[in-house]
Amino acid sequence: MKDMNIEPLALARSTILDAAGIRDQQLTAALGSLLRGDVDLADLYFQVSRHESWVLEDGVVREGAYSIEQGVGVRAVAGDKTGFAYSDEIIAPALSHAAGAAAAIARQGGQGSVQAWQQRSSHALYLPVDPLGSLGDEDKVALLQSVDQAARAADPRVRQVNASLVGVHEIVLVCASDGTLAADVRPLVRMSVSVIVEHEGRREQGHAGGGGRTGYGFFVEGERALGYAREAVRQALVNLESVAAPAGELTVVLGPGWPGVLLHEAIGHGLEGDFNRKGTSAFAGRIGEEVATEHCTVVDDGTLPNRRGSLNMDDEGTPTSCTTLIENGRLRGYMQDRTNARLMGVPATGNGRRQSFAHLPMPRMTNTYMLPGPHDPEEIIASVPRGIYARNFGGGQVDITSGKFVFSASEAYLIENGRLGAPIRGATLIGDGPTVLRRVSMVGNDLSLDDGIGTCGKDGQSVPVGVGQPTLRVDGLTVGGTG
Amino acid sequence: MSESRQRGVEELNSVIAEALALASRLGASQAEASASAGTGLSVTVRKREVETLEHHQDQGLGVTVYLGQKKGSASTSDLRPAAVEETVRKALSLARFGAEDAAAGLADPERLATDIPDLHLYHPWAVTPAGAIEIATRCEAAALDTDPRIDNSEGASLSTYAGSRCYGNSHGFLAGYRDSQHSLSCAVIARAGAQMERDYEYTVARDPAGLEDAEAVGREAGRRTVARLGSVKLGTRKVPVLFPARLARGLVGHLVGAISGGSIYRRSSFLVDSIDTQLFPEWLRIDELPHLHGGQSSAAYDEEGVATRDRVLVEDGVLRGYMLGSYYARKLGLQSTGNAGGAHNLVVNDTGQDFDGLLREMGSGLLVTELMGHGVNAVTGDYSRGAAGFWVEQGKLAYPVSEITIAGNLRDMYRQIIAVGNDVDRRGGVLCGSVLLEQMTLAGS
Repeated sequence: MKDMNIEPLALARSTILDAAGIRDQQLTAALGSLLRGDVDLADLYFQVSRHESWVLEDGVVREGAYSIEQGVGVRAVAGDKTGFAYSDEIIAPALSHAAGAAAAIARQGGQGSVQAWQQRSSHALYLPVDPLGSLGDEDKVALLQSVDQAARAADPRVRQVNASLVGVHEIVLVCASDGTLAADVRPLVRMSVSVIVEHEGRREQGHAGGGGRTGYGFFVEGERALGYAREAVRQALVNLESVAAPAGELTVVLGPGWPGVLLHEAIGHGLEGDFNRKGTSAFAGRIGEEVATEHCTVVDDGTLPNRRGSLNMDDEGTPTSCTTLIENGRLRGYMQDRTNARLMGVPATGNGRRQSFAHLPMPRMTNTYMLPGPHDPEEIIASVPRGIYARNFGGGQVDITSGKFVFSASEAYLIENGRLGAPIRGATLIGDGPTVLRRVSMVGNDLSLDDGIGTCGKDGQSVPVGVGQPTLRVDGLTVGGTG
Repeated sequence: MSESRQRGVEELNSVIAEALALASRLGASQAEASASAGTGLSVTVRKREVETLEHHQDQGLGVTVYLGQKKGSASTSDLRPAAVEETVRKALSLARFGAEDAAAGLADPERLATDIPDLHLYHPWAVTPAGAIEIATRCEAAALDTDPRIDNSEGASLSTYAGSRCYGNSHGFLAGYRDSQHSLSCAVIARAGAQMERDYEYTVARDPAGLEDAEAVGREAGRRTVARLGSVKLGTRKVPVLFPARLARGLVGHLVGAISGGSIYRRSSFLVDSIDTQLFPEWLRIDELPHLHGGQSSAAYDEEGVATRDRVLVEDGVLRGYMLGSYYARKLGLQSTGNAGGAHNLVVNDTGQDFDGLLREMGSGLLVTELMGHGVNAVTGDYSRGAAGFWVEQGKLAYPVSEITIAGNLRDMYRQIIAVGNDVDRRGGVLCGSVLLEQMTLAGS
């Protein structure tokens, strides 16, 4: 257990800087060379990331893969202008070379000075474990095989089972010209199970999975991995019975947990600081306005222990926080990175994230969810004369400027006279972000977060995120079926 | 700026040779490795001022080793000898935990490429940051100046990349080539009352001389954006749908996914058991032409070194083959089609009409200009996606529409292709004109 208590900054210093023979004076010199002219902020982002995946098909683990990625991203920010370069060699010459390229953005002028390092307080939301070493390789293989067996044992109609286990161990170190010096050690694991069932010539699929910022033991606890297998089979079998989805505007009841992808797409992206500073979001300039019914309070919370979307600090060294986006229906705040916070004159919220050292940080979500309300989920379904109940979703997408968003149901049912009816085939739902939450007429008391499977893409950068919500009744969303 | 430090084909090939030799010494019965290195520059100009200037420099090595029929893979971004050795050792240690798999192994030696033609993929662009900023600025200015209702911008971006890609295996194959890619894109925002709309245009080419004119890209971005203002929601109905060329290639993309070896073997495809069956109208033909000079998906050999060749994928509307690499080919009892890593330039024949001709042929229906979300079920072929576009009446655009979905099943959609236009979009690996479909379900208010 001793190793787990190593302080992240000490670990990052020894793993990244000492290993490359980089001393503090060289960091200060590199930052100093960036602070030319009107540059307000310069930072260096060091990262070492180890990634492994194990893939099961046909009942056997046919492949293990491992990768190691490391490098440093060098950034200079002057007002709303950014110069950026990176190197996948963590050595002093590469650092100064990249610094020169990043500084090209600045106007000519004086020379700023780099502040002395000040270590910031940070969260300890997860232990700095190395997931790759948290289970023996034989045990990883055996875990996947047990998933395969559980899925096949669940029903004779199961035809194919594919499962994967992924572990990431990432160490990051940020130092900036304002004296920021911070590090984080980030474990991340994920398991995915997908099954194909076949019956009387019809084929359907089901998916399940989960994970978080922890070791592989998470999947063994309480037979969680076997639960994913059974859940994937259950979903696939439901879809074997599905009928065509209706087409048109309907009352939609969204189940708890992962259907919170609605919030991520409909309002989350639209409340990211960069879009609002630039005025390109449908939510720009609307702080204080009523954008949802009074039942709705939505937060983005990067501080939930062990959650996939959580971070002790963001990728600019700012501790994550719980940001209220919508409070009792009113728009309260945006999610910010340092640059956009400074340009908008508000505090950074710990939402500055980047895919890797080779990408620029920008405002991103962490775990985005709606707080619970007063209603029993059964009561909500019983209140709907005709509509659909959507329990599971695939991905979604939003046009933040027009506010139009989509998300695709993967498990849904008709509601007739307050009762669940036949399952319906997957259908895309489309709505308008700034108005959809004004149609939320009932909020359930059953808040849950997703199982730890979300990945969000923005400007070509992927980051892990979480979503959640209680059961919601939305009085009117367009359902894209064929029936 | 980084030209001096970038590794070229020769240097990457020697890294690969070193990795293969080491794998053999450490006991691998077979091994393969790929390596790439490249540099690039991208700039974004927003509201006539530079916003970001990024220098890119990427490199990587991937090694796969086999211990008999057991496989392990590892990759690294560090190409120095110590890191290469660690990567090979890691791949070997993973292989020890893999299962015996009769289909595992390198491609069959007799299928490896021996004659490697120059496909003219390398046209580096010595554009300076200042030059790149100037081009992006002209592009965005042309968009902003299109119409007074354009009052905001996401900017114009120019990016350029050039590098080398190499592959070798223990059958003795070792080859590499250089390639380049350049693009210019622009997205602007128009406002009318409370409504804001955004749209974009882009150009991409291997050779900078092949890029569209910067002002033309900007003007088209502006035109597309303003045209969306005043959009309304339509009522639910069944309608003919016209997919313009830039979206039509997605329909071919769904075909590629459904006939790839893994999807077929896993039975996670709506096209299982579809070889030699009629999927499209009898006049429709799709050729795979891997050796097009400067093509977006051109390749002389695939990711396993297997020689690529011209072939007919769909003939008289009938599916003639799958997309196979060695592994799933063996699993299915077939031969590799040289598609490890994907398709290499698919060319769809046309029925002669230009875009306006297709609009006239449709008469009344939906021209879709944007598709949203991932609502395509590869197992069943069910298709349901968010859309925006134009309502068309008597062959002419009547008004813009948004917040609707279009739905159908890909099997029906493929059979119901009425016409393919001659307005081929050359910006991707699928060369296809606009596609007119007989009927889909449009859901709205």
